[in-house]
Amino acid sequence: MTAPARPQLAPPSAASPDRPPSRLRRAARATGPPLAVLAAVIGLWYAVTYLALAPRRRFLLPPPHQVITDGFGDWSTFHETLKGLAATAKVALVGLAIAATLGMIFAVLMSQAGWIERSFYPWAVVLQTIPILAIVPLIGFWLGYGFWSRTVVCILIALFPIITNTLFGLQSTDAGQHDLFTLHRASRWARLVHLEIPSALPAVFTGLRISAGLSVIGAIVGDFFFREGQPGIGSLIDDYTRSLQSAPLFAAIIVSSLFGLAVFWLFGLAAHRIVGSWYTPRQRS
Amino acid sequence: MLAASGVALEFRGVGKIFPDGTEAVRGVSFMVEDGQFVAVVGPSGAGKSTLLRVASGLTEPSSGTVAVGPTVPGYVFQDPTLLPWRSVQANIALLAQLAGLPRTRRRELVAEAISLTGLEGFERHLPRTLSGGMRMRVSLARALTMRPSLFLFDEPFGAVDEITRQRLGQEVLRLYERERFAGLFVTHSVVEAVWLASRVIVLSARPGRVLAEIDVPFDYPRPLDLRFDAVFGATARTVSAALQESFA
Repeated sequence: MTAPARPQLAPPSAASPDRPPSRLRRAARATGPPLAVLAAVIGLWYAVTYLALAPRRRFLLPPPHQVITDGFGDWSTFHETLKGLAATAKVALVGLAIAATLGMIFAVLMSQAGWIERSFYPWAVVLQTIPILAIVPLIGFWLGYGFWSRTVVCILIALFPIITNTLFGLQSTDAGQHDLFTLHRASRWARLVHLEIPSALPAVFTGLRISAGLSVIGAIVGDFFFREGQPGIGSLIDDYTRSLQSAPLFAAIIVSSLFGLAVFWLFGLAAHRIVGSWYTPRQRS
Repeated sequence: MLAASGVALEFRGVGKIFPDGTEAVRGVSFMVEDGQFVAVVGPSGAGKSTLLRVASGLTEPSSGTVAVGPTVPGYVFQDPTLLPWRSVQANIALLAQLAGLPRTRRRELVAEAISLTGLEGFERHLPRTLSGGMRMRVSLARALTMRPSLFLFDEPFGAVDEITRQRLGQEVLRLYERERFAGLFVTHSVVEAVWLASRVIVLSARPGRVLAEIDVPFDYPRPLDLRFDAVFGATARTVSAALQESFA
């Protein structure tokens, strides 16, 4: 009987450990694995389309190239998609801006007075746990079926992460720095402006990033329910589904995903620009 | 409580018991006169930092009283406690800003503190780009801007290497020789205590009590090679012996 084959030890890596890898190599390390996953997903997609689906059922999952030619290649369809995206983006961004303003004001108030935190924080948690889909019809019932109802959905869904992250940031200020401010009889305002708010900024950006993604989701959910005025991308997705136009459907889904990604990336960039010079999260070594 | 004239800081029977029951110091009494530099040594946990917190008013004593001058003391913490988003210059300006001094006056004070601590050329650096010793220097400069008549040092050089520690000690001596503030310097290094101070207070293990007060028979200015003097050695030995008692 032979011994089971042992897995071979990995050969020493080409780059010596004490020399930093080149830019190109670093870029390849960062983009290679996700690109490989993308290729695998596209391969699987083709496999399902051509191998698993009978030709007459192929509309359920059109092949990737057809999505590109029919979804993105057909200008009048794609133009409609982009117009829908613009309407949805406007709702998402206005909702996010209002949620960010309200959330930060609430967090600052809670950080300044324990009784405000004790009174309102439990309700913020309740707000977060309400299934948003359950109250969306009610919002339409009260506010109508246009822009503001969609915006309110975004605000409700995006508010909580801003409150919690800002509050967390404000409350995790260094104790030694608080001592310094206490010693020099700093006013509450000076402490807030010169110490608590700046040190909370990294956490605020974390909250903004999470909420930006949620706000995009909220806007698309709103589109499904509130169809007055310019149709958003959510309404288009709904329409394409009903009319079995799968290529434009996939194109609309991809476009809205890319939009969510762009917003997420934009806030990451803003965070890097504003707090990156002095704050770096711990990195994986 | 306001100290009598000529006195920068006076502890009278100060004791501190924390809410969790820990007794940090018990019945501590001693005095720091204006312009006098006093060091406190003691084993870890002897309540050395607690004494400074009580002296500065950050912590209330559980018993006894503490008397200080009318101005806010300069406090150099164990950590540099710099604001990481502010440049060296803006960090040094913080206390003057909190005191509401006008911008031009602030600028003068900052420039003076920077030149006193040899930080020229680093004004625009962020704290993270500086070494531990340089950060401590910024912390020192920040305290200097307010021209305090009393300085409290809480093991300020505990986290830097031996060479930097000596250089920073030298700078504190130089600043003291120039400004003649009253100083209370907490350290766990006997040599540092004897080298910097004109009097060394030895605290016992927790709860901290005053075991000995030892005068250091040297005038200022003090050269660096003073540490190799025979009398210096004898003084350090006396302090060490008193410190040994604290463990007995």
